[in-house]
Amino acid sequence: MVKINGKELNVAGKTISEFLTTTNFDPKRIAVERNGDIVFKSQYGETLLQDGDIIEVVSFVGGG
Amino acid sequence: MVKLIPTKEEWYAALSERHGEKIQKNFEFATVAICGLGGLGSNIAFALARAGIGKLILIDFDSVDITNLHRQQYKANQIGMSKTQALKENLLEIAPYVAIETHKVRISENNAAEFLEKADIICEAFDDAECKAMLVNLVLERMPEKYLVAASGMAGFGSANTIQTRRISKHFYICGDGASDVSEAGSLVASRVMLCAAHQAHTVLRILTEQFET
Repeated sequence: MVKINGKELNVAGKTISEFLTTTNFDPKRIAVERNGDIVFKSQYGETLLQDGDIIEVVSFVGGG
Repeated sequence: MVKLIPTKEEWYAALSERHGEKIQKNFEFATVAICGLGGLGSNIAFALARAGIGKLILIDFDSVDITNLHRQQYKANQIGMSKTQALKENLLEIAPYVAIETHKVRISENNAAEFLEKADIICEAFDDAECKAMLVNLVLERMPEKYLVAASGMAGFGSANTIQTRRISKHFYICGDGASDVSEAGSLVASRVMLCAAHQAHTVLRILTEQFET
């Protein structure tokens, strides 16, 4: 299981890109942290989610 | 009658008396970059200048517009001025000894490092969601040693109590309610934007006093 924004999800083995396509996140409006480190945007397609990973998808909305 | 402003020594003595000498030194030696000088950035700058932060790097490509005045720290007679110049003038009226560096420029992936390299702490204060994400990814990828205080979600008339500060990772904080998008909420009001700006400014001061959110 992978913990994503506090929820345990059965997505181990998927890449971050594959996971994102199953969500409503807009890839242009997010930053992804994996176990406390930034995942480079260029690496979303290659980074495999693993059992025990803690992922934080930070999503931005407009206004400032 | 000519009104004299306090000397630099008097100024810092007064701040030290309030904050304590050690904390005031931390503030005085700090450089904080503010990316975007709208509702968030202009209010962050006011709070940090008043606290005695030594140096502010102010970055914005835009000029003051009549539609800014309901929530941003500019004056009616500054419409048309560049925000960097207008904010610098306003800040120096209230905190005459803060060092201010201005860059009237649109930050991009190509030029960011040049403007941000001297900052200890970077505040993301843009209004466009994609620009926010661009800057956050850029800082976290290329300048992981710096602290980053970003914002998301402060539009509309939602409760003041939903604006929060979250520490995402060691050097990365985000303030706001995380949800209220200006394109849906339809408006930004000074009070709620200032709450978010205050969260960001306060996070900067807490980092400089080595008090970190868990």
